[in-house]
Amino acid sequence: MNATTSGLSWNLVADVRQLFLFSFMVNAFRAGTIVAVVAGALGWFMVLRRQAFAGHTLAIVSFPGAAGAILLGISATVGYFAVAIGAALVIASVPRSIGGTTRSSESAIIGTVQAFALACGALFVSLYGGFLSGLTNLLFGSFLGISPSQVIVLLAVAGAALAALALIARPLFFASVDPDVAAARGVPVRLLSSLFLVLLGCAAAEVSQITGALLVFALLVMPAATAQLITARPMASFWLTIAIGLIVVWLALAAAYYSVYPVGFFVTTIGFVAYGLAAASRARAARSSRRRLMAQPAGGIA
Amino acid sequence: MSVFAAIVSEPFLRYAFIAGAAIAAASGLSGYFVVLRSQVFTGDALSHVAFTGALAALAAGADLLVGLYGACVVVALAMAALGARGRADDTVIGIVFAWILGLGVLFLSIYTTSAGGSNGVSGVNVLFGTIFGLSAAQAVIDTAVAACVCVVLVVIARPLLFASIDEAVARARRVPVRLLGAVFLGMVGITAAAATQAVGALLLLGLLAAPAGAAQRLTARPFRGMWLSVAFAVLSLWAGLLIADAAPTIPPSFGILAVATGTYLAAIALTAKRKPA
Repeated sequence: MNATTSGLSWNLVADVRQLFLFSFMVNAFRAGTIVAVVAGALGWFMVLRRQAFAGHTLAIVSFPGAAGAILLGISATVGYFAVAIGAALVIASVPRSIGGTTRSSESAIIGTVQAFALACGALFVSLYGGFLSGLTNLLFGSFLGISPSQVIVLLAVAGAALAALALIARPLFFASVDPDVAAARGVPVRLLSSLFLVLLGCAAAEVSQITGALLVFALLVMPAATAQLITARPMASFWLTIAIGLIVVWLALAAAYYSVYPVGFFVTTIGFVAYGLAAASRARAARSSRRRLMAQPAGGIA
Repeated sequence: MSVFAAIVSEPFLRYAFIAGAAIAAASGLSGYFVVLRSQVFTGDALSHVAFTGALAALAAGADLLVGLYGACVVVALAMAALGARGRADDTVIGIVFAWILGLGVLFLSIYTTSAGGSNGVSGVNVLFGTIFGLSAAQAVIDTAVAACVCVVLVVIARPLLFASIDEAVARARRVPVRLLGAVFLGMVGITAAAATQAVGALLLLGLLAAPAGAAQRLTARPFRGMWLSVAFAVLSLWAGLLIADAAPTIPPSFGILAVATGTYLAAIALTAKRKPA
């Protein structure tokens, strides 16, 4: 037994087969795949709409949701979704456009919601008592012990969220790129924005069951930002986001399986490396194209 | 009245009240500018950096305070440098701090596996604060540091206000906008490190955002708003400590944040009645 589970060898096929030897790993890969697709799709819109802060807050509130649900003795999954959707509605109810001071007061409200939600989480944990290892799992995730029924719930919610996103994708894209023109053309910008936040809350609740509440944000923001650096064409960068998300999650799960370190660390680090590579190659391309422009004889710019 | 007798007689309560007040004053003051300059997300990022810094120090076997202050100040200055070439954008900040938090998880796992099982406690303490656990030395350091932050902020308040509200005009009038921005973020970093010990890395954002948000709702006059923000922060902290002292199952961080959030809600309700938006 030891021989078959003793870690990496040079035989890649055997390594991959070993990865799927146990049903908990198979479940982890299923859940990770679902989560990567949902996070990529909603993260792409989040980065486009520059709502990183709202996304981070929605991700974090899943922690008090789960802690509260465990305290009340109901399923943690219910807690994740209920609280994330509730927080999305609170953030959506903040008026976005009255004069110039709204942006700063909006961020103050989001920050307060986030800190208060975390404080509630701390309270629930303290009321529940003796719950420390569970606490780090809630915050930083654990890919062990994902049950088949959990995978089914993840799949169902993911399907619903993606279907809803597909329905509103076109007007949402319009409203995100140019809200004023969209509003003038009769697109319900405000409603779309609330709907989007609710969907983002669902996605955050899904992802936090794998990566933990604190690291959801990495999966939401990193693949999308990387893809939007690589290409400016919307459809191409959308699919690229999902592809990068899948690669990040699969690699991270494999790395976590073969090492003693937590999966959250690998998710964030692989995502960060991908972003760093994209940023570096873009900077290089910009520099070389500038040099080409400079090298051209005068008259290139009339 | 017995509460006040207890504050005088119990050293841990005394430390919590005095050091807590200094930390809260620094948070309220820097929070006012954080909200004014729309840098709440930067404050959020610093709170996560605080977690990683503290755990890196613990994993390396060094003093927690060194990692805490070091990481916060270095990252704050790095963000100021990024911001010099156009403002560092939310997405970039988000990516950087998500990764830093991932590193924090790594340090947490190294620390807990290397030093026995029960050490998960210190990770939790960094996240949620241990204001009642401050030692005399820590309380003195924190009070001194927080007082210095307050003094620096009050000294640069006037030009910083100018630079925050109208950067272009301030630049034209030869206000050193970039230097002010860097000094300010450094102060926020120090505040974040100090506040991590009071309310914890995860909750210090509330101490930065809620009192300042409430003060800006209530008054548009900058200096009055600043003092109001300080007063709200200190009062929230004291009230939170009293609640936690009266009901031991409630963690002090929750008490503090609950009062601060309540203040903000009350401010919103008051202004909503005064002039419907």
